[in-house]
Amino acid sequence: MDAVVLAELKARALNVRCDIVRMLGVARTRHMASSLSAADILVWLYGSVLSVRPSEPLWEERDRFVLSKASASPALYAALAERGFFDRDDLWGYRRLGSTLQAFADSRRTPGVDVSCGAMGIGPGISLGLALTFRNRTPQPRVFCLMGIRELQEGSVWEALIASARHRLSNLTVIVDKSDFRSMSESPNVWVLDSLAEKFNSFGWAAACADGHDMQSLNSAFESLPDDCPRLLIAKTVRGKGIPSLERETPTDEVALDSQTTDDLLKELEGRNDGGTEKKFGRGI
Amino acid sequence: MAVPKKSLGEAYKDALLSLADSRPDLFVLDADLGFFREESEFGCRYPDRYLNIGAAEQNLVLTAAGMSIAGLCVYASACSSFLAGRAYEQIRSAVALPGLPVHLAGSHAGVTVGEDGATYQMLEDIALMRALHNMTILVPSDYTSAYALFRRVANMKGPSYTRLARQEQPSIYGPEDMDFRIGGGRILREGNQITICACGIMVGEALKAAEVLDQQDIGAEVIDCYCLRPFPVRLVSSSLQRTGCCVTAEEHFLPGGLFELVAGLAAREYPVPVQPVGVKIGFGQSGSAEDLKEYYGLTADQIVSAAVLAWTMRRR
Repeated sequence: MDAVVLAELKARALNVRCDIVRMLGVARTRHMASSLSAADILVWLYGSVLSVRPSEPLWEERDRFVLSKASASPALYAALAERGFFDRDDLWGYRRLGSTLQAFADSRRTPGVDVSCGAMGIGPGISLGLALTFRNRTPQPRVFCLMGIRELQEGSVWEALIASARHRLSNLTVIVDKSDFRSMSESPNVWVLDSLAEKFNSFGWAAACADGHDMQSLNSAFESLPDDCPRLLIAKTVRGKGIPSLERETPTDEVALDSQTTDDLLKELEGRNDGGTEKKFGRGI
Repeated sequence: MAVPKKSLGEAYKDALLSLADSRPDLFVLDADLGFFREESEFGCRYPDRYLNIGAAEQNLVLTAAGMSIAGLCVYASACSSFLAGRAYEQIRSAVALPGLPVHLAGSHAGVTVGEDGATYQMLEDIALMRALHNMTILVPSDYTSAYALFRRVANMKGPSYTRLARQEQPSIYGPEDMDFRIGGGRILREGNQITICACGIMVGEALKAAEVLDQQDIGAEVIDCYCLRPFPVRLVSSSLQRTGCCVTAEEHFLPGGLFELVAGLAAREYPVPVQPVGVKIGFGQSGSAEDLKEYYGLTADQIVSAAVLAWTMRRR
């Protein structure tokens, strides 16, 4: 990946992270860590992988993106706004009555959202339907699906994995945002999924691992995958990436944001920590 | 002369076959029911337009949703227990919430599945589908109506669920009859003293009951309520206003079914006594379809008894 492009994408990722904090701050909500872990993946996808047209969101030949990891909807919104799919000011209406931005992405309301999401584990099945439909089309739209690691506990995911392998859907890529869990109690089954690549391999998928916060790594892992079967990209991520104090917290510690905390988080994110922030934030969360 | 019998599953297959040439966007998904095989006519003529996704109903619904988002007109079939039951959440999240035109066909509904027993004898699918506010619900009674309705749903903009009995059903309508529409119902026999609303396999029983009631000088109006949503409100309420009492007949539990639909309509529009015939005693069990119909009270006799009760309760 070109150094200039890489620097540009990194700058975009920082903007997207700041917007995530701002929109969740305005919405007085929590659960930011999940969006921050997916931010780089989404910026990478929309910046250098997906063939899409922000001015023509329903362009017939576009690649389709399915956000199965619905908790990262704020990150998707910020990434779409950053790419110009809709006005950035719309971000401040997140979760409000009548807003174009629902808690979980809704294709009928938000330009650039191809598939509505919300319920865990439905993305791979919907992606399968899309990929099956497009497999004989020229030019062939590709289908990308971003999943959270916890979703792999859902049975419907494995039904879709089996069928995708059977049809050797080479136009389908699933990316798993594999953030590290610090305690068993966070998600009791997730530790079984440690050897994810082997599991997918045994189903007939090709798999590769990448650092989910390093776009160079994401790019080379993605390009290393063969193009004759469905592909899995395991993106190792850190929850709350970009905000050191948040990276150390567990999800249950997250509280709804007030304006002071939002401001502190933004300072931390932009690296203009004045020294006192960490202490204040530590108390708040 | 014996009335010719045909299965509703055949109607499903024939309707899709008849649509396939004029609708290149049509795609058929199946969850191991065997409706479409390579050697079937549809399979031979349109090998790229059907897929057996396997015994995976959740994935059936999600795949159908994905194909629908990609612009196809998708029909998806499975056993009603596992389609409306197991895959309910996928139907809700991936089909009903985004309002996609995915057309679900739930086969093997009701106790007349027979020997296979309670697991397959789905008696609450209509209740589940009625709970989804934008789901069109169809319960055809015979081959002809099922064929016509499956052709109709292809033009819909939202989702539909069609309930199919497993057994072959005697013909109610002439083979050329195509006068069925989404939101419609059919008056099969006119009468001024009691309204009988029936759906699915109970339509035939309702017609038999009407004969018996006629001999007792009670003129019964029989309505085939093949479309439970949108429900033919005007047709039924004007009948209730003429007759002043009603019986409903369905191969379904009473909660959430045709009875509650008609009783609710009567309460809102024109309060009259409504008596139900349906499955009241619990889940099904193994047995022959005929024995089970008798055991669970899904017969013309039961409709007659309910009609007499409703008739004596009417306001005079």
